[in-house]
Amino acid sequence: MDKYLNIGKSVKKIDATSLVTGAEKFTSDFKFENTLYIVILYSPHSHAEIMNIDTTKAENIEGVVDILHYKNVPRVLHTTAGQGYPEPSPYDTYLFDKKVRFVGDRVALVAANTKEAAVQAKDKIKVDYKVLTPLYNPEKAMENSAQQIHEDDEYAKIPVKYRPDINLAAEVEITLGDIKKGFQKADFIEEHIYRTQYASHCAIEPHAAASFFDERGRLVIISSTQVPFHVRRIVSSVLSIPAGMIRVIKPRIGGGFGGKQEVFLEPLVSLVTWRNKRPAKIILSRKEVFVSSRTRHPTRIRMKTGVENDGTITSLEMDGLMNAGAYGSHSLTVLSNIGAKVLPIFNKIENIHFIGRSVYTNLPIGGAYRGYGATQGYFAFNQHMDIIARKTNQDILEFFKRWHIQEGETSNVFKALGEGKEGVDQIIKSCKLDECIDRGAAAINWYNKRGKRIKSGKDRVKGVGMAVAMQGSGIPKIDMGSASMKMNEDGSFNLLVGATDLGTGSDTILAQIASEVLRIPVEKIIILSSDTDLTPFDVGAYASSTTYVSGSAVEKCARKIAEQIINVASNILKSKKENLLLDMGKVIDIRDKKAVSFEEISLYSLYEQDQFQIQSQASHVSSESPPPFIAQFVEVEVDIKTGRIYVIKFVSAVDCGQPIHPKLVEGQVEGSVVNGISYALWEDYLFDSKGRMTNNRFWDYKIYTATDIPEIETIVVSSYEETGPFGAKSVGEIAINGPAPAIANAIYDATGVRLFDIPFTPEKVYKKIKEAGRT
Amino acid sequence: MKKEINFVLNKKRVNITTDPLRRLLDVLREDLGLKGVKEGCGEGECGSCAVIINNRIVNSCIVAVGTVEGAEIITIEGYRKTKQYKLLEDSFAEAGAVQCGFCTPGIIMAAETLLRINPEPDENAIRDAISGNLCRCTGYNMIVEGIKIASQKGKGLW
Repeated sequence: MDKYLNIGKSVKKIDATSLVTGAEKFTSDFKFENTLYIVILYSPHSHAEIMNIDTTKAENIEGVVDILHYKNVPRVLHTTAGQGYPEPSPYDTYLFDKKVRFVGDRVALVAANTKEAAVQAKDKIKVDYKVLTPLYNPEKAMENSAQQIHEDDEYAKIPVKYRPDINLAAEVEITLGDIKKGFQKADFIEEHIYRTQYASHCAIEPHAAASFFDERGRLVIISSTQVPFHVRRIVSSVLSIPAGMIRVIKPRIGGGFGGKQEVFLEPLVSLVTWRNKRPAKIILSRKEVFVSSRTRHPTRIRMKTGVENDGTITSLEMDGLMNAGAYGSHSLTVLSNIGAKVLPIFNKIENIHFIGRSVYTNLPIGGAYRGYGATQGYFAFNQHMDIIARKTNQDILEFFKRWHIQEGETSNVFKALGEGKEGVDQIIKSCKLDECIDRGAAAINWYNKRGKRIKSGKDRVKGVGMAVAMQGSGIPKIDMGSASMKMNEDGSFNLLVGATDLGTGSDTILAQIASEVLRIPVEKIIILSSDTDLTPFDVGAYASSTTYVSGSAVEKCARKIAEQIINVASNILKSKKENLLLDMGKVIDIRDKKAVSFEEISLYSLYEQDQFQIQSQASHVSSESPPPFIAQFVEVEVDIKTGRIYVIKFVSAVDCGQPIHPKLVEGQVEGSVVNGISYALWEDYLFDSKGRMTNNRFWDYKIYTATDIPEIETIVVSSYEETGPFGAKSVGEIAINGPAPAIANAIYDATGVRLFDIPFTPEKVYKKIKEAGRT
Repeated sequence: MKKEINFVLNKKRVNITTDPLRRLLDVLREDLGLKGVKEGCGEGECGSCAVIINNRIVNSCIVAVGTVEGAEIITIEGYRKTKQYKLLEDSFAEAGAVQCGFCTPGIIMAAETLLRINPEPDENAIRDAISGNLCRCTGYNMIVEGIKIASQKGKGLW
């Protein structure tokens, strides 16, 4: 018999029906009487000082109510990164500044009775700019002659290196062992530079926020956010409104992927509501999302390894240069993760040096993006290891199995490097990466394809490649989630969580966990999430934390409820507590089979004797962050005459602990894989010589559609993580890490050509093939 | 300049007086309160605002409302009352085709348009039919599967 009632079952997603009918409300669907529509005026220059703003003509447009800019808003340095307090991102942003730092930086906003009036007025604002020298090349940002982008009074909230005078947004460095000695011991040195590009999250719902005063004069913010509680805190501090006066509600949200872990619209709508005592609303256009929201940070990663002829790595140096863009949102923590999420996977390397620098440029702003630095780091790592395995004549699968971290082992890197500061020591308690590698290889038919260069047409040749990765499950000792629950007289339960469902299905997952503890069908759980007035605190949806951290809070909370139910049942049945167990909405005495239903228990507790409501709450913070593991395999076909890459099949074998909801696990993996392939082959930001993004629409920034999808297979390799709820780890981010390096390795397998820069466009691939004389 | 425009929306006659150059999407969402029609890009690329006009799937963000005079329009709000809809909904839920759900109403409309013409589509026909709808959550295969399940279970319904 299956030991679980709901865990490991693909139950119906709680909001499936209401989403398909279109009945669910997203932020833009809320309508308020007397709303002010907000549009933003953006900088046409990549670097300039605003000498003056004249809004006279704009104010005269009928319907214009308020215009905000640097002269009339609170001047408070803050970060827009929706992170825990104190945020590890530098305080380098004002609501509106006297200086603009990229094409798309905000200059002013117009609030008007209609959107049309706001747009019209926006174009009538006269701004005098003094154009400054722009800086586009991150590799030159720290040179003496480079133009300084940020001001010296900007600061980091935590004790980390932050040097706006040399355009340094963040720096991290760790050294383990003796790197020099390791290089000396090596038979050969392998050193390469890998580059990754800008990318947009492309959540189909553009960012939106609305605000209004409720009947009692409290400010209510509705936002497409991943971090409602951070929104409340940041709006409170930027606008000096007490947090208790603010309520943040996250309704349904149309995808986030990290892009909505950013608090940059909520302060604007709030300020407009606050000043004008009217509801206010902003919905970004797709173009604004591309240019002026947040992106995946581009990186240049230099990997240098000392290698012995048997493949032993004696020293590893990883030098990451990250383009922060115009503001330093997430620039320290994404940077740290390039090393922190990658280096521990090869825990047997004794000598390690990691140095990372984030630098400011006059280009769009980086931010959180699914994978969060691990994606960039694993692109370099997996290609580099493929190169080493080939040079030392080793089977790459055996090579990975020999070197990767195993159950019962640790890595010095865990302690040395966390997210922006020292990390947390941990021993791996669950790791089925070997099995992932074996099962993934079998699914792609690895040994019959690797190195065979099978011709599949006159100009087409096939190859296979693979990549491994780990991620984390929340930020240890920092991320906290909480839950509260109460029992109703029909035996149903309200479950209130601060956790934020972005469309991932976390509301369903958390309801499954609660219902499993109480041994009832999932439908008996009524979940409400992400409302700062009603639900308890949670840091929000990021860092692959919801199932693991918030899920543990729910499990704890439900266990307390179970205990109270047993207590009441023991009074009713006159049974000893140790003889009672929960079973499908009843409590049963295992000796005499006497039973009492949850309805009777609830009614008894509410009305009959020693009345009280069965209710509880719990918080959870984890002292560790158990990594999920993944092995990803791809078969590609390369057209050597055109350079076009066709992905034929993509296999992911993932160990995410006990899958709570297998279908949602697959959904996370497949969504990540397709985003990852699209990123590897197509997606990129193109800029003209003035720093303007030239492909800021779906017409020109192509993402995968249904006709572009290869055969995709997802293998869920069950393991049991003893620190997680019912053995679960995370799965939201990990699968986006493998596609780019696996495809690069497969292109090499097919053609002998190595591509060190993503995306692998036909032009790039063809050029490389031609250079190598393989056409 | 305002103009009177007549069309049939979700089987009911609608008569509105408005600027004929306004986007059909805005008229549906703002004037008629049909919030199941979503805006993802505003330039006809993502399909979140897709509705059925005279049996064809059309992105309502690039349709001027003046051009729908006399047309028959179906949005998710009308379609969700049908048996065919219910089957698609169940099949989508079963296949895991719904994550954030923002693109879903548009995709349901695209699926209906396909199944009306081709009740037993092969996989390529399904992929073609929803190729105008962007989804960033699922990776599409589960959506394709959802439509496949509906066509198999719905023999005779379309």
